[in-house]
Amino acid sequence: MSLFLFKRVLTLIATLIATSVIVFLVLEVLPGNAAQMLMGPDASPDAVAALATKLGLDQPAWARYWHWAGGLLTGDLGNSYAYGSPVSDLLLERLSLTIPLAVMAMLFTTVLALIVGVTAAARHNKLGDVGLMGLAQVGIAIPNFWFAILLILVFSVKLQWFSAGGFDGWGEGIGAGLKALLLPALSLGVVQAAILARITRSAVLEVMREDFVRTARAKGVTQRAVLWRHVLRNAMIPVITVMGLQFSELLAGTIVVENVFYLPGLGKLIFQSIANRDLIVVRNCVMLLAAMVVIVNFVVDVLYAVIDPRLKASDL
Amino acid sequence: MSSILPVGAAVAAPGFRQRALRHRSFVIGAVLTALLLLAAGLSYVWTPWSPYEMDIAAKLQPPSSAHWLGTDVYGRDVASQLLVGARASILVGVIAVGIGLVVGTALGLLASARRGWIEEGIMRLTDFSLAFPAILSAIMMTAVFGPGIVNAIVAIGIYNIPTFTRITRASANAVWSREYVAAARASGKGTLAITLAHVLPNISAVLIVQSTIRFAIAILAEAALSYLGLGTQPPQPSWGRMLSEAQSMMWQAPLLAVFPGVAIALAVLGLNLLGDGLRDLLDPRLARER
Repeated sequence: MSLFLFKRVLTLIATLIATSVIVFLVLEVLPGNAAQMLMGPDASPDAVAALATKLGLDQPAWARYWHWAGGLLTGDLGNSYAYGSPVSDLLLERLSLTIPLAVMAMLFTTVLALIVGVTAAARHNKLGDVGLMGLAQVGIAIPNFWFAILLILVFSVKLQWFSAGGFDGWGEGIGAGLKALLLPALSLGVVQAAILARITRSAVLEVMREDFVRTARAKGVTQRAVLWRHVLRNAMIPVITVMGLQFSELLAGTIVVENVFYLPGLGKLIFQSIANRDLIVVRNCVMLLAAMVVIVNFVVDVLYAVIDPRLKASDL
Repeated sequence: MSSILPVGAAVAAPGFRQRALRHRSFVIGAVLTALLLLAAGLSYVWTPWSPYEMDIAAKLQPPSSAHWLGTDVYGRDVASQLLVGARASILVGVIAVGIGLVVGTALGLLASARRGWIEEGIMRLTDFSLAFPAILSAIMMTAVFGPGIVNAIVAIGIYNIPTFTRITRASANAVWSREYVAAARASGKGTLAITLAHVLPNISAVLIVQSTIRFAIAILAEAALSYLGLGTQPPQPSWGRMLSEAQSMMWQAPLLAVFPGVAIALAVLGLNLLGDGLRDLLDPRLARER
């Protein structure tokens, strides 16, 4: 296990370094003079030069990368041009919304997909299966931001059970916070669940043909217990693979859905920062999101080995 | 002969048309996709009204015989905008899938033909590029170059490359292990010749199916980017931006937020069903559990 873990951690570190280089090249080197961008085309050359010196832009690119990468490790990411406050504080504040939103959405996705997938597999080729998979097919075709708008139309405009957006912070109480995130998380989760439900159904059908399932049935274990205890556990490998891949889609989805519901999360911060030409914030937001995707993929890799030790053995 | 049939052979096989016409997903998918293409094509020669012409006096009208799907906040005809909006979806889909297909397939074929460190390098690169979902790439490009449809297309295209690389490599590896490839090699054919004559035709079914599905994903991505203001720019109509404009009018005209979403969902549903159908018809080995 330790060699397997060691190899995976090395790959993780190499991927994170490569990610940071790409983000730096695209968002720091490619735009040319960030000071000019920040001050606009009409600024005097002297003012631009002064700002460039203040921002450290007169240093060579490798030195700036080194400085930034060191900051990533220590948490010192510099100050936002637009807000004037430390970028790390801004990110932490916004993450307190984006992470609970992503976790809630993943929770909805998992619970819904497992229930629908297993139920459909248990009724293979019967009306329930065809109906549920038809619904899943439609769910996959629906853009999450449109589903979000439809939820607002029904629950905010018509029924007026929820506000159409906004988030007053966790200071108003956990209940109020969770209520504000419920519709956004649903809009992300339901669409993702449609994809995962199809994978779950296929994986469960595959495992149901195995000998041990027949043995368990022959022993007198009930259909329900066989499905949820024996089959599902063995069907989890493809399900977890897709869940790992879905996490990056989910993070991308939060960027869009935060904008639909006017939620002050990471996604909203990126757009405000692009509008403000606050490239230092954009760069760190993008790096944070990419790093989260890379780390989740790493966790999924390690989880495989925990669930199925054969995979680890074949990798050594 | 292998169980993988080249597309030409599968399509020419007796009964393909009958099987296709009996396949429910394929037929529904083909009809919806044809409607999408028809809408875009029709918009070049005819729309009920001009999609750009504003008429503030006729703003936010409900559906009527004059304006079938009503008018938006500037009095523009919604049906006409939907027809023209189909163009943006198809344009982005074709080019973004084209980028992914050409670059991704080339990389996948190279990895499969060369193996060793080249394969390892290419596959690690695809792993790595998964760290950047289309929206993240589009955000980076917008931050540097400003918003626009070209940036959106490039971002979605780049996002498609690793998928095609992985699928091409996996399918090509299977072909390389076949006896007829060994025979071609023994007869003195080079790697490039074998790749072009044997590998590529034998994996084309997989690539066609994947292209259809990625087309659907590209339409969803374009809609999301346009909704965020990073894709198609005004005054060119696009379904994503129509939704973003409709959102601010939800209390006065809720239907405005329904029609463009239905158009996106039907287009994506059609392409997904077509992809599923083609998968069953062209390559039965890939048919999903039914």
